[in-house]
Amino acid sequence: MSELERIERRSGPGIVVRGDDIDTDRIIPARYMRSITFSGLEEHVFADARRQADGTPKDHPFNDERFERASILVVNRGFGCGSSREHAPQALMRWGIRAIVGESFGEIFFGNCIAIGLMAATAARDDVAALMDAIELDPSQPVTVDLAAMTVSSRAGSVPISLPEGARRQLLDGTWEAMRTLLEGLDAIQATAARLPYLTGF
Amino acid sequence: MMGSVAKTLLDKVWDLHTVRELPSGQTQLFIGLHLVHEVTSPQGFQMLVDADLPVLFPQRTFATVDHIVPTDGHARPLADPLAERMFSALERNVHKHEIDFFPIGSGAQGIVHVIGPELGLTWPGMTIACGDSHTSTHGAFGAVAFGIGTSQVRDVLATQCLALERPRVRRIRVSGALGFGVYAKDVILHIIRTLGVKGGVGYAYEYAGPVVEAFSLEERLTLCNMSIEGGARVGYVNPDEKTFEYLRGRRFAPQGEDFERAVVWWRSMASGPDAEFADTVEIEGARVPPAVTWGINPGQAVGVDEKLPTLSELDSSGRASAEEAYQFMDLKPGQPIRGTPIDVAFIGSCTNGRLSDLREAARVARGRRVASSVRALVVPGSEEVKRQAEAEGLHEVFIQAGFQWRDPGCSMCLAMNPDKLIGREICASSSNRNFRGRQGSPTGRTLLMSPAMVAAAAVEGSVADVRELLQ
Repeated sequence: MSELERIERRSGPGIVVRGDDIDTDRIIPARYMRSITFSGLEEHVFADARRQADGTPKDHPFNDERFERASILVVNRGFGCGSSREHAPQALMRWGIRAIVGESFGEIFFGNCIAIGLMAATAARDDVAALMDAIELDPSQPVTVDLAAMTVSSRAGSVPISLPEGARRQLLDGTWEAMRTLLEGLDAIQATAARLPYLTGF
Repeated sequence: MMGSVAKTLLDKVWDLHTVRELPSGQTQLFIGLHLVHEVTSPQGFQMLVDADLPVLFPQRTFATVDHIVPTDGHARPLADPLAERMFSALERNVHKHEIDFFPIGSGAQGIVHVIGPELGLTWPGMTIACGDSHTSTHGAFGAVAFGIGTSQVRDVLATQCLALERPRVRRIRVSGALGFGVYAKDVILHIIRTLGVKGGVGYAYEYAGPVVEAFSLEERLTLCNMSIEGGARVGYVNPDEKTFEYLRGRRFAPQGEDFERAVVWWRSMASGPDAEFADTVEIEGARVPPAVTWGINPGQAVGVDEKLPTLSELDSSGRASAEEAYQFMDLKPGQPIRGTPIDVAFIGSCTNGRLSDLREAARVARGRRVASSVRALVVPGSEEVKRQAEAEGLHEVFIQAGFQWRDPGCSMCLAMNPDKLIGREICASSSNRNFRGRQGSPTGRTLLMSPAMVAAAAVEGSVADVRELLQ
């Protein structure tokens, strides 16, 4: 297991994927989940949005060399709705994404991001729009997501972000990899099991 | 502590399963039942090995294989070497960790959300987790059931717990009665259309009211199944006499005197008469039409009699998605959905692959023929569903009508097996998602509807009103 990593700030070039309700099937189509590991998923992130059936590239930010070093992804509403597949945030992170800022997220996708240490936070619609415009105008500028200050900053300015306090604390405290924290309560786990009527024969 | 009359089922279950409050402010929640399948578990088991940890409660963990299995013969090794590797990895993992496994040919294999209830594993008042977003299905029994990712599968394997924030509870009351030819699938599509695909984020949906009370357990499973399509990770129905009767005598249900004691406890877990909800939504049952989706998310649905919305009829938040949907689907605002030609008909999935679904589809198919332009598949949700359907002769009804009668699995709901759309094919589907590329072709198109409506579309060759075929 990796060492406890506190995640307070992510900074790097941005990349913009516009559109509402971009589901996890779109982020990673199911046919690329036929594997017993997550390795190599980065090659297939947004596969069908990036390539024609014959393999020729389509116009897509993840094909655009201006964004090839990006680590901060900016999206619109309902990003990551649908399937619970962790393959979606895994594919994004393995491609190089370290933080996602959007108007809203699918709930399971958001939880999966935090569980793998991929920062995710929401911002107001107008602020996201301005951030998207700024990144597209100058993709080389650093974008910084800061969970202490609760802001996302670019040359367009610094605007507030939001995320559930529990998730924020997990990242800041380095407890986002929940298993070890949960195991610390081993006695309490056994005590809970012992009081559940359906585990003790009612 | 609040009196139980004032608590919702969600709150009762949550409080009972709370191990402790975590420093993050989240709840460490005990998970009573963990269901495992081949797609989202292998990395979780590997993480456990890397951490040198055992499965903490192997006796509360059950596994089957569903997503990648072919439906035209289950001979091993599977023709797809990648699928075979996933299947073998699951076999190794369940053997090593001494987990109950329902493999192909066991008589109990099937879609994980079909077999849990069928085997009597799913109980009221329980917490349930599975690495699949449609785990909300199990809420039909008054369980609190979460779809989780693979790192959380690892967490449950190692600790039987999850770190979670308590959702708010929205009560959705469906009043009156449904019209003729209107099904649970139509109700949930109507709810999603009304509240939006993001409306349920942060909520558990409690489904209630006369229509839900009148539903069979299988209909409640359909209803709860698509909670996640409305954004709600959890959906449930309070347990009642029907719930208990469904469970009585099932393989893993409590037996004898245990069962009678269980019923007393199960009954006590229902939301109290004075339970407080974050909000309540009223849906008038009589106004729910047979529904068909026309777009690329499950909220983009209309009644079969309706015309597709014009862009000006949609609020600004829905307009961009609708424009994208119209372009992708090659449908036009203002056109009727009825009469839209289809190429493929798919009956199955964790939403609508149960015996009652197949019976309703067979009522429509009986004595009719699938249109010559349509490829039609019926995929039972489990080996048990298949066995019961065959005992009733439903397979003959389907085969005589020109449907292919397949083996159980997730099949063309998400096309991880060989059952896929080809090119721009358009599919009338009883599944749960109409996302772009969902059914295996990046350009393939999906129209979601009830299984009876799929059967109607199959025989007409285009979207049809099932009410006319049922008369």
